[in-house]
Amino acid sequence: MSILIGRETRLVVQGITGREGEFHARAMQAYGTAIVGGMTPGKGGQKALDDTVPVFDTMSEAVRETGANTSCIFVPAAGAPDAILEAAAAGIGTIFCITEGIPALDMVPVVAAVRAAGATLIGPNCPGATSPGRAKVGIIPGSIHREGSVGVVSRSGTLTYEAVQAMTDAGIGQSTCVGIGGDPIIGSTFLEVLQLFAADPETEAIVLIGEIGGAAEEEAAAWAATNLAGVPKAAFIAGRTAPEGKRMGHAGAIISGGAGTAGSKVAALEAAGFGVAGSPTELPQLLRDAGYRG
Amino acid sequence: MKIQEADAKKLLLAQGLPVPPWEVARSPAEARAAASRLLHGAGHARQVVIKAQVLVGGRGKAGGVRLAATDDEAEHVADDILGMSIKGIAVRKVLVAPAADIVRELYLAAVLDRAARRILLMGSAEGGVEIEQVAATNPDAIVRIHADPLLGLRDWQARELAFRLGLNAHLKATVGIAKGLVRTMLANDADLVEINPLAIVREGAGAGEERLVCLDAKITLDDSALFRHQDHEALRDPDEEAPADAEARRHDISFIHLDGTIGCMVNGAGLAMTTMDLVKRAGGEPANFLDIGGGAKAERVAAAMRLILAEPRVEAILVNIFGGITRGDEVALGLIEARKQQSRDVPMVVRIVGTNAAEAARLLEEAHFETAASLDEAAEKAVAAARAQGQAA
Repeated sequence: MSILIGRETRLVVQGITGREGEFHARAMQAYGTAIVGGMTPGKGGQKALDDTVPVFDTMSEAVRETGANTSCIFVPAAGAPDAILEAAAAGIGTIFCITEGIPALDMVPVVAAVRAAGATLIGPNCPGATSPGRAKVGIIPGSIHREGSVGVVSRSGTLTYEAVQAMTDAGIGQSTCVGIGGDPIIGSTFLEVLQLFAADPETEAIVLIGEIGGAAEEEAAAWAATNLAGVPKAAFIAGRTAPEGKRMGHAGAIISGGAGTAGSKVAALEAAGFGVAGSPTELPQLLRDAGYRG
Repeated sequence: MKIQEADAKKLLLAQGLPVPPWEVARSPAEARAAASRLLHGAGHARQVVIKAQVLVGGRGKAGGVRLAATDDEAEHVADDILGMSIKGIAVRKVLVAPAADIVRELYLAAVLDRAARRILLMGSAEGGVEIEQVAATNPDAIVRIHADPLLGLRDWQARELAFRLGLNAHLKATVGIAKGLVRTMLANDADLVEINPLAIVREGAGAGEERLVCLDAKITLDDSALFRHQDHEALRDPDEEAPADAEARRHDISFIHLDGTIGCMVNGAGLAMTTMDLVKRAGGEPANFLDIGGGAKAERVAAAMRLILAEPRVEAILVNIFGGITRGDEVALGLIEARKQQSRDVPMVVRIVGTNAAEAARLLEEAHFETAASLDEAAEKAVAAARAQGQAA
């Protein structure tokens, strides 16, 4: 098994006829993900990805015609909140929003509405997720993965690739790798993804990759201390050298009023039994030190 | 984006919030004229307050907020303040307003609560001090109320806030202000709308009428929402934006100046922070945070290089690219081009992995770039190069 995505994933790509959407849909399809449809309003009836994927005008039509259960959004920021709501209203259970630069206040009612619809939102401003050997949804390069049993959850994109590559190079595979996004308001937090990993019988160890800003790492650490006590856990926190009061690229990566520092996160994670790495390349060894044998 | 107090007050006024009058002055003479109007005009202020307009906290402590009772005094005080520099920012403007007769000071703010994923209204009966300080010393004094994510802040919630802050005598005004703050936040896509102090002031001579007003205002706007607020671009203060920041913004590069000697060019914010951390760990100091973003082409790479080299302190450059959307060969071509144009010779260590890394490696080798295989190795090599360069200089 895996979390969020797997062999049962039936994916619709929202914005499949755009440059980004098409490029990444191709890569997902090449990885083996079942892309059952695309959606672009006004382009219904066309076929995408070399005539292999039907395009629909609306999400409700896409779901009705294809039995889709997952969507991946490559719609520009101004339209992305609406795309999320449309997917949730159509009955999509798992929604990935890759789009960067969505105004934070737009996400407040959207997150609440998605929850009310009973769906799970990952992102926005996230790289998506991969279950190695099964499916990939989003923009994470498929080549960095290896099948295995470590659950990876991260707020970053390329930093995640770095960490996953280091694990793969060391012979440590992943059950699912999830990028939750670097925005202040996101659909699923570290804690919520850890809860999914805890319930997944195939996930035997955890890697958490956080960064400065907010208190989501601390919240997740507190939960893991009791609920993932016997599980090997390693973490990395980016931004030890970041100055206070400056947004470090990600809208959510800011130390304000002395809160959200790397130091606070490292301390909380160590207290919860995570081995905290000084460099992403040390994560494999920390997993081994914690007793991981996979 | 942070905006100046005077601009923040305009946004509050636009939502119907009670803000006493003010003027902005850029010279002692302008401040004198403004003070004169307030002291001798219809309002008959007994004193004026003159406040430095800079986008940093702690203006009061730094001596950037002072009172004046006459035109002459206002001119002198403004002259002092306009010559000051607060936390490294030169004061170029002052705000002149009638000095309020304050009965009681409170704190009220609407903020985006990341953990709750809602708008949070935060009030404290202790105004005039930083809320972080109250949170540390007297956390029970802070009243927290979340607006409903779908229904907004309801009247009953605003009333509860008023009662818990002991504003029973100003119930209607408090409800109006609380809802007004949330409205200001939503109308402008602000992350923060802070009134500190929110004050009960006495108006008119003697035991005049008491009124609740917003004496100060701090608003932070969401950069991601600027695309739908064309008018907000005018609120960006060119006096407080370094030329490098404006240049970075033009090229869609995320750039933050730091004090070290090793320039960093990275794709992705998390990886960019990590690269800085590893430079520090290897014994060096990063000169900047720089994220060239996803899918960067040669031109953006060249612009990033110019930004890094504009800082004379930079003694080595570390380029770290993990290609996903970004193609390694595009970055390599950009680096080769940038080096031809670059104004001074600074050692560079390049690490490119991921998409089209092999092609990038070939290009870099042909152009005789120093490369590194791992991130840790790249950081160590860059620190060593900076040291050698520093000693040679």
